[in-house]
Amino acid sequence: MDLSLSTRTVGDRTVVEVGGEIDVYTAPKLREQLVELVNDGSFHLVVDMEGVDFLDSTGLGVLVGGLKRVRAHEGSLRLVCNQERILKIFRITGLTKVFPIHTSVDEAVAATD
Amino acid sequence: MATVELRFSALPEHVRTARLVAAAVARRAGVDEAVLDEVRLAVGEACTRAVGLHQSGGISAPVRVVLTEEEKQFSIEVGDEAPHVPPGDREAGADDVEAEEDEMGLAVISGLVDDVEVSAGENGGLIRMRWPTTPSPVAMP
Repeated sequence: MDLSLSTRTVGDRTVVEVGGEIDVYTAPKLREQLVELVNDGSFHLVVDMEGVDFLDSTGLGVLVGGLKRVRAHEGSLRLVCNQERILKIFRITGLTKVFPIHTSVDEAVAATD
Repeated sequence: MATVELRFSALPEHVRTARLVAAAVARRAGVDEAVLDEVRLAVGEACTRAVGLHQSGGISAPVRVVLTEEEKQFSIEVGDEAPHVPPGDREAGADDVEAEEDEMGLAVISGLVDDVEVSAGENGGLIRMRWPTTPSPVAMP
């Protein structure tokens, strides 16, 4: 399965819906998408990972890179994820402390902290 | 003797194939269904690391994955042919980012797999991972 990406705007947030597998082969596409959004002035991103079947350290690296980019513009990058097998990867790498992780897109869009 | 041995060109698009094969062989070997996600991720990380080492080192040799079903355990070996230089001998600079990504993959593997050995020498590196198996009482068709 390949990676699918779609974006939509909700208020001042840009929601990036990701589906499929994020690995060493597909992660560059996600990186391009995030870089493009930031270059176009979208600094408050919500990455919806509910459709993600697989995520590895390459994918984590891209998300951390995205976070660094939006923070340079005082922006935010929030994740939406309820899948235990994906959440586990964030836990073992300590990244649950780095990313705000929400249970729904609505919750992530409404978050202001 | 290896149950299944896989050699693939050091290209990112083949890492997924290695994950799928490893998970399928692990399932057959009796690795617990709940652990298969970990097997898939760990093999992916090890192969991603090997592909990166081959690509950055300009090594044309394939990456080797050996899947072995043993009596009460299932083992996976992922071997690369990149000569490993001790960290102190590395030149600082451009390689730092690669070294960081390399570390991230290893961090995920060691966080996931209890029984793991990482070795490296002049002729390449090897990551060996083992999982316990529960043999099914009835032979699978």
